[in-house]
Amino acid sequence: MTLTGAEIVIRCLQEEKVDYVFGYPGGSVLHIYDELFKQDDIKHILVRHEQAAVHAADAYSRSSERVGVALVTSGPGVTNAVTGIATAYMDSIPMVVLCGQVPTYYIGQDAFQECDTVGITRPCVKHNFLVKDVKDLASTMKKAFHIAKTGRPGPVVVDIPKDITANKCEFEYPASVQMRSYNPVVKGHLGQIKKAVQMLLEAKQPIIYTGGGVVLSDASEKLVKLAKRLNFPVTNTLMGLGGYPATDKQFVGMLGMHGTYEANMTMQHADVVLAIGARFDDRVIGNPEHFGGVPRKIIHVDIDPSSISKRVKVDVPIVGNVPDVLDELLKLLDDGAKAAPDVSDWWQQIDGWRAKNSLGYKQGDLIEPQYVVEKLYEVTQGEAFITSDVGQHQMFAAQYYKFDKPRRWINSGGLGTMGVGLPYAMGVLFANPGAQVACITGEGSIQMCIQELSTCKQFELPVKIINLNNGMLGMVRQWQEMFYSKRYSQSYVTSLPDFVKLAESYGHVGMRIEKPEDVVPALKKAFTEYKDRLVFMDFIIDPEANVYPMVAAGKGLSEMILSEDL
Amino acid sequence: MRHIISILLENEAGALSRVAGLFSARGYNIESLTVAPTEDASLSRMTIVTTGSEDVLEQITKQLNKLVDVVKVVDLSEAAHSERELMLIKVRATGKDREEMKRMADIFRGRIIDVTDSTYVIELTGTGAKLDSFIAALDAGLILETVRTGVCGIGRGDRILKV
Ligand SMILES: Cc1cc2nc3c(=O)[nH]c(=O)nc-3n(C[C@H](O)[C@H](O)[C@H](O)COP(=O)(O)OP(=O)(O)OC[C@H]3O[C@@H](n4cnc5c(N)ncnc54)[C@H](O)[C@@H]3O)c2cc1C
Ligand SMILES: Cc1ncc(C[n+]2csc(CCOP(=O)(O)OP(=O)(O)O)c2C)c(N)n1
Repeated sequence: MTLTGAEIVIRCLQEEKVDYVFGYPGGSVLHIYDELFKQDDIKHILVRHEQAAVHAADAYSRSSERVGVALVTSGPGVTNAVTGIATAYMDSIPMVVLCGQVPTYYIGQDAFQECDTVGITRPCVKHNFLVKDVKDLASTMKKAFHIAKTGRPGPVVVDIPKDITANKCEFEYPASVQMRSYNPVVKGHLGQIKKAVQMLLEAKQPIIYTGGGVVLSDASEKLVKLAKRLNFPVTNTLMGLGGYPATDKQFVGMLGMHGTYEANMTMQHADVVLAIGARFDDRVIGNPEHFGGVPRKIIHVDIDPSSISKRVKVDVPIVGNVPDVLDELLKLLDDGAKAAPDVSDWWQQIDGWRAKNSLGYKQGDLIEPQYVVEKLYEVTQGEAFITSDVGQHQMFAAQYYKFDKPRRWINSGGLGTMGVGLPYAMGVLFANPGAQVACITGEGSIQMCIQELSTCKQFELPVKIINLNNGMLGMVRQWQEMFYSKRYSQSYVTSLPDFVKLAESYGHVGMRIEKPEDVVPALKKAFTEYKDRLVFMDFIIDPEANVYPMVAAGKGLSEMILSEDL
Repeated sequence: MRHIISILLENEAGALSRVAGLFSARGYNIESLTVAPTEDASLSRMTIVTTGSEDVLEQITKQLNKLVDVVKVVDLSEAAHSERELMLIKVRATGKDREEMKRMADIFRGRIIDVTDSTYVIELTGTGAKLDSFIAALDAGLILETVRTGVCGIGRGDRILKV
C-alpha cells in the first residue's frame, strides 16, 4: 500500500498504540496535522507552548508504563521543546518527540524556520534521527520507540523534513528491530550476583539505596520482597520515591541534600550498600571524597555501565535490568535457604537516629508549607498523583507526602526544571483519567508555564494546584540566607498576579488560603465539591520557612544542618 | 596516560559529531582523531588518541559504547598493537639544504613526492614519536608547512576488531 510520509507517521503511531500526541502545529508539520484531522484513534492535545507539550508527554510516560509522544514544528517549535527534552533526558524518561523540518532541498540554506534540530538536541537525547528518505520513515519510527523504552530509557527525537511527509512509498511497519550497534544488557552476570549475595549475608550495617531505576523498571514488588527477606533498611532517592512504600517501617526516608537524618546517617555508616537503579548523584552523596573516605562495600545494580563507578568506586558492579537481577538475587537467597544476617543492633542505632524526628516543624500563626503537604496527604489518603515544580515546595512535597506506590511522584530531579508542574499534571491526567492529581508549586515556578491553564480548560483537566506562595524564590532565598549573609539578590517576586482572579479568568476555580485553620477545609472542598474542576489554591505561607535537614554543597552526608524547631 | 581507542561505528551522517560532541561535552581530551569507512562501507573505523587516568578511560569507553551508532570500542593500547601516522611536510630545498633534505628523508625512510626548484614535499609514516623526531631533526627555519593525519592503529596478531 502506498502512503505519504504524513500518513505513514500516523500509521506508525497507531501501530505503537499511541492514544495521545501532545503538540503544537506549524508550517513544516502541516501535512502531519492534516492526517491527524482525518482519523480518530490518536487524539491531539493542543498545548499553549511547545515546552508544555514535551513536559506533558514526559509525565505521560512517568505516570504509566507507556511512551509519551510530542509533535512540534521546525525552528522555534523545536527550540521551545528543548527544555522539555533535556528534562526527560536527565531523568531517563522514555519519550518520542517528532519534529518538523524544512524540506530536504532547503536544509543548510538558512531557510525559514530552519534550525539544526539534530545538532541542537544531540547532547540531550538518547538518540536522534533525521529522516532523509520516506522509505526510511517507518523503520526509523520503529527504532525510535524501541530505543526510547529499552535499556536505560530516554527521549528520542525524529526530525522529519516537510517533503518527506509528502513523498510516497510502500508502507510496512517492521515487526521487530535488529540493530548491531544497540543491544542493551538485561540479565546480570551470575558470578557477580553470587558475590553480592555473599556480601549481603555478611553485612552487619547494610542499607538498600534505590533510585529511579526501580520505578522505571516497575520493580517495586520485587524490591519489597528482597528488603523483607533481609530486613534491611531502605532509602530512596528523590527519583526513587514510591519505589519502596514510604509507610513501611523499614523505610528510612529520602536521602541526600534534603534527606532525613536517619537516611543520611544510615547511608554514611553502612558497611554494605546495595545500590539499585540509582546513580550516586552529587545531591545524594554530597562530596564523594567524604563518602569514599568511609570503608564500605558497594554493590551497584544498573542497566547503564556508565552509571557504575562514575562518581564512586564500586566493589561489585552488576550490569542488568533491575527486575531480572532482583529475581536472581532472591533465587540465590532462597536456594540455599540462607538465613539473613542479624541486623538488630543496626536497627537499634537507626531507631536512635530516627528519634531525632528530623522532619519536625512548628505550625504557628502563619501557614507552614510542611503542614499543607501533610494535610494534602491526609485529605487525598495518600492516593493522589503529585507533580511538583522546582524549589522548596518540591522538597517539602518529597519529604511530607508519603508515596506508597511508584509512578505517583512526578518531578524534575536531574535538570531541576521550574515550570514542569502544571504540564506534568496534564500528562498524568491523560495517562490516568479520573485520578486525583495535585500540582505542588511555588509562585515562581507556576508562572513559567501558567499559560497551560488554558489547555486545562479546553480539556477539562481537574488539576488541583497547591501554590505554596511565599512571595520569594524560596530555594534561592534559602541559599542566600545561609551562604550569602542574607543578601537577597533578585529572589523576591514582586507584582504577583491575583492568582484567584487569574484562575477564574481562565474559567477555573480560585481560592486564597491565608490562615492555618482554613487549610483543611479548602483542601476538602477542592477534592469534593470541586472534584471535577481545576482548583488553583493560593496558600499564603510563612515566607521564611526553610527546608531541613540540609547537607550544604561540598559537605559529607552526616554534616547536616537541622531545623532550629527541633 | 596516553591511550589509543579504536571505534567501529555506523557509517551514518552525524555519527562523527556524536563522538566528537561526547568528548567535548564531558571534558575528555582528544589528541588526534581519524576516521574513514572500512572494507564494509556501512561501517567506519575511528581512532582517537586521548589521555586520562584509568577511571577517565573507563568512563570514555563506557560512554562511547552507550552511543547508539557505536558498534564496538577497544582500547588498543591495552595490548600489543601497531600505530602509524602519516605526515606530509613541505620544506625549503635550495643550495646545500637540497642535498641535506634528501639525506634526512632517506634516513627516516621518507619519500619525496613533490619537487620544485626550491621545495620538496616529503611523505613520512611512522609512530607519532618518529614524526616528531623527524621534525626535530630538521632546521626549523626550513619547514614551510606540515600536515599530519593523526594516529591510526591496529592490534597485533590475533587481536581483531570486527563486527
Ligand atoms: C532542588 C533539588 C533538590 C534535590 N535534592 C535531592 C535530595 O535531597 N536527594 C535526592 O535523592 N535527590 C535530590 N535531587 C535530585 C537529584 O538531582 C537527582 O535527580 C536524583 O538524586 C537522581 O536520582 P537517582 O540516583 O535515582 O537517578 P535517576 O536519575 O533516576 O537515574 C536512574 C538510574 O537507574 C538506572 N536505570 C534505569 N532503568 C533501569 C533498569 N531497568 N534497570 C537497572 N537500572 C536502570 C539508570 O541507568 C540510572 O543510573 C534534588 C533535585 C533538585 C532539583
Ligand atoms: C528554569 C529554572 N530557572 C531557574 C532555576 C533556579 N531555581 C531553583 S529553585 C528556584 C526558586 C523557585 O521558586 P518558587 O517556584 O517560588 O518555589 P519555592 O522555592 O519558593 O518553593 C530557582 C529560581 C530553576 N531550577 N529552573
